[in-house]
Amino acid sequence: MSALPARPGAGGRPYLLLARLLVLAAVIGGWQLGATAAGNPYFLPPAQIASGMYHRWFDGPASHLWLTADATANLLPSLGRMLSGWAIAAVAGVALGVAIGRLPLLADLAESLVHFGRAVPPPALVPVFLFVFKIGTPMEVAAIIFGVIWPVLVNSIDGARHVDGGYTETARAFRLPPAQRLTRVILPGAAPKICAGLRLSLALALVMMIISEFAGSTNGIGNEMLTAQSTFDIPLMWQVIGLLGVLGIVLNALFAVAERRVLAWQRAPRATS
Amino acid sequence: MTGTAWRAVSESRAGRGAAGLLIVFGAAQLALGAGRVSPAAFPLPTTVLGSAAGLVTNGAFVTSVGDTMSVWAQAMAITIAIAVPVGLLLGTLSGAERALAPLIEFLRPFPAVVLIPLVLLIVQDDTRTEVVIVVYAAIWPVLINTVYGVRSVDQLARETLRSFGFGPLSIARRVALPSAAPFAATGVRIAASLAFVVAVAAELVGTGMNGIGAFTAAEESGTGDMAILIAVAVWSGLIGLAINAVFAGAERVAFRWHFALATATRELP
Repeated sequence: MSALPARPGAGGRPYLLLARLLVLAAVIGGWQLGATAAGNPYFLPPAQIASGMYHRWFDGPASHLWLTADATANLLPSLGRMLSGWAIAAVAGVALGVAIGRLPLLADLAESLVHFGRAVPPPALVPVFLFVFKIGTPMEVAAIIFGVIWPVLVNSIDGARHVDGGYTETARAFRLPPAQRLTRVILPGAAPKICAGLRLSLALALVMMIISEFAGSTNGIGNEMLTAQSTFDIPLMWQVIGLLGVLGIVLNALFAVAERRVLAWQRAPRATS
Repeated sequence: MTGTAWRAVSESRAGRGAAGLLIVFGAAQLALGAGRVSPAAFPLPTTVLGSAAGLVTNGAFVTSVGDTMSVWAQAMAITIAIAVPVGLLLGTLSGAERALAPLIEFLRPFPAVVLIPLVLLIVQDDTRTEVVIVVYAAIWPVLINTVYGVRSVDQLARETLRSFGFGPLSIARRVALPSAAPFAATGVRIAASLAFVVAVAAELVGTGMNGIGAFTAAEESGTGDMAILIAVAVWSGLIGLAINAVFAGAERVAFRWHFALATATRELP
């Protein structure tokens, strides 16, 4: 999902691709030349950042999938916490959201709670989690779950509530048992909305991972940033920034591939006559 | 309460919403009050309410709310001053916008909080660092919605004005601005909520900053009073709700014609 609405026919034209490549090349090239010429210790040239990232994290032995010791000690724990927090929030958010979306009484009871819950800034609860769980993985996972569940929940409620009435009526007419009505009609009908929520929350999970690690951690990408801050290690700061930029793009691209698989039937022609 | 009045409340959505809050509140009160969990580990909901009421007269907390809102207001002013003109420009020059799209898509989802240590080194000032971070996060919804708004301009209206001999600037003032404004306002509302969250996050992780995030971090390591920590989160949630309500209300008042038009268009066969 590109945030900028595409015009019909946009994107496929070769000159547009060329223009985009030129813009990217100009930005990166200009940054490289400008930073090299200025020699300012705060602004590093991108080539230096990239090679620093490579040597720090991806220069390891082939038996470790080319990950260095630094990467296995910091990258993997961070990614593990982020993905497990996101997965738990996804399961809980979809289950709760579909229940709230299909049961009007539950929807009325839960509405004000959901409105309030999503208004609480997740960072404001990080000290609460820190106090309950102390420093470590449970605290970070809890903070990630609370931070990312709301888009999944709200989108699942919306998706489940607005499943095409024709489908639900047909399922009822054919006396589909409730379990099958859920898996065959309601979940597929709500899937596009659910996916939109999951994608939003994946980006948020990266943010919450960093915030929770900043607030209290003994390892992880956020912890490396804290080390860089306390030692004034500017190259390391840029490397962490570059790593998070790359991670954001890679996660988004992986999700787009998975979403296209899951929602493939949606784009297939629906005419059956 | 008489039977009919009770039914009216229990069947109204507001009544059920309040009931939902009461049920969760009561269940938590009973479960925690039963003594399975020590009050120090997790305070009773009534204790949290008491702490929340106490925070109103807590000078340090009131000052911290003022600090956060001051950063929020500065950041929103800068965000609007940058994002709306750039959005109008990019929306008008659609070629430039399409060429820049990948760059925007790269910068937009970046977790702004990560930039704190570097920005702090460069700017050398806590408050200004916080404003920079909040602006970085808040700028994208306004920019993208403004671009979208300019694109939604009615081409027929634009061509009609042109054929009547209006110049490009006066077309922009009469057609492009009015149709882009409701979209920009939606972006500003989203950014306003986001800016508050990011400000609290920055204060929490940026050592030396003031505001709600710094207050709750100090309480966590200082008194360690869990009830106060939760009460701060409750107040933050209420402030977040208030920000959203104010901007949504202003949108409805300022762009009544837009909403009426949108509803009318939707209701067409």
